Amino acid sequence: MVDALTLEAVVATRGDRRVLDGVSCAVAAAAVTVLRGPSGSGKSTLLRLCNRLDVPEQGRILHRDRDVGEGDVLALRRAVGMVFQKPVALRGTVRDNLAVAVDADDEEYAALLGRAGLEGDFLDRTAAELSGGELQRMCLARTLATDPDVLLLDEPTSSLDEESVAVIEQSVRAFAEGGGTALWVSHDAGQVDRIADTVLTLEQGRVRQ
Amino acid sequence: MISVLGLVAAGSLLVLAAALSLLLRLGVERSIVWAGTRMLVQLALVGGLLTLVLSPGRSIWWSWVWVVGMIGYASGLATRRVPEVARMWPLALAAFGAAAAVTLGVLFGLGVFEVEGRSVVPLAGMMVGNSMSTVVLASRRTVEEVRERRAEVEVRLALGQDARGASASCVRDAMRSALIPQIETTKATGLVFLPGAMVGLLLAGVSPQDAVMTQAVVMFLVLASVAVTATVMSLGVARRLFTADHRLVGVAPPPS
Repeated sequence: MVDALTLEAVVATRGDRRVLDGVSCAVAAAAVTVLRGPSGSGKSTLLRLCNRLDVPEQGRILHRDRDVGEGDVLALRRAVGMVFQKPVALRGTVRDNLAVAVDADDEEYAALLGRAGLEGDFLDRTAAELSGGELQRMCLARTLATDPDVLLLDEPTSSLDEESVAVIEQSVRAFAEGGGTALWVSHDAGQVDRIADTVLTLEQGRVRQ
Repeated sequence: MISVLGLVAAGSLLVLAAALSLLLRLGVERSIVWAGTRMLVQLALVGGLLTLVLSPGRSIWWSWVWVVGMIGYASGLATRRVPEVARMWPLALAAFGAAAAVTLGVLFGLGVFEVEGRSVVPLAGMMVGNSMSTVVLASRRTVEEVRERRAEVEVRLALGQDARGASASCVRDAMRSALIPQIETTKATGLVFLPGAMVGLLLAGVSPQDAVMTQAVVMFLVLASVAVTATVMSLGVARRLFTADHRLVGVAPPPS
């Protein structure tokens, strides 16, 4: 399998604490890789480094064999999309939220919502009024709208109902089966069994494959 | 004209304020006397310097030097009041400078006032004095908006928006907050209170119509300078919160 993301001796600190201590690992393309580890082990930090919301102190991260520190960072973020643990509704309707990611017509927006298990008639709904599960699905659709080849998912289902969890798992599996790469942070052992092609474990700042 | 005796008589009001503090045991009587005395000394010094700067035959350049000094001092003052923004001084200097260039440029460029020391110094004083709170408020509100809405800003960044686009909504809200006090003041002018410039003109014997015309121009000047300083500060401060590669670093990061 080709690797979509490669981390080489990555070091990252938070305050005076070294959360990633020379992490080296690879995330296989066209597959779902689950990243697990105890709270505070640096899982979210690792995802943020891949999306370049943060930069490593040492080491480098390669996306498709290219250092994420080189080239257009905005293009990188669109190619390596991120779904956060806490869903965030931007102001306005669902359509307004999708428009932040891509300028398209309602048909295309409805198709994006469909990929995240939502009906097209959600477009006119006020994003802030959606339920937690609906909102996280909209966030997934919004991230898919940038047409990424890698999806970073930071415990996206940790506070959702079973139905929403199932829909999001299904959407991400479909994404991977369509050639996309997913790196999913999860604590849920059952979920790991359901979705993971590969599991990475982060412990004491290092990754065990 | 107010005589020295008149000034001393008016000083009884200061004594009255201090007496009230003593009577009600507020404990601020010394502060009241100190503030009044300090104000008097400062005004006397400024009056003396202004007499030198504005004396007949003195080059207009001295007035402009005065304006530059005022802007420099105000920038330093604003910098001390907003310690949470790094390298604030050049930003405040740019904001006051831009407001001066725009407002004084329009008033003198269009011939509303003649370019002479007697108009340059007080108009610049009004501009700087009224923009000071805007500089501070716009800076603080911008930092607070981005801090409170950090998650939203990072979602936008993660979707590939640049720093300016990701913080635009925060900047707009911060600017709105900074502009509202002056908008409200402008709306209340004449009904709820008479502004200082107008009171001064009326006391100096200028006709009410002329005083109103002058005051209206001053209010336009203040509104424009407040709008310009709010714009420069909010955009400038927001920019300071991001790195060149569009990472948000100026407010506390989320837990790992």
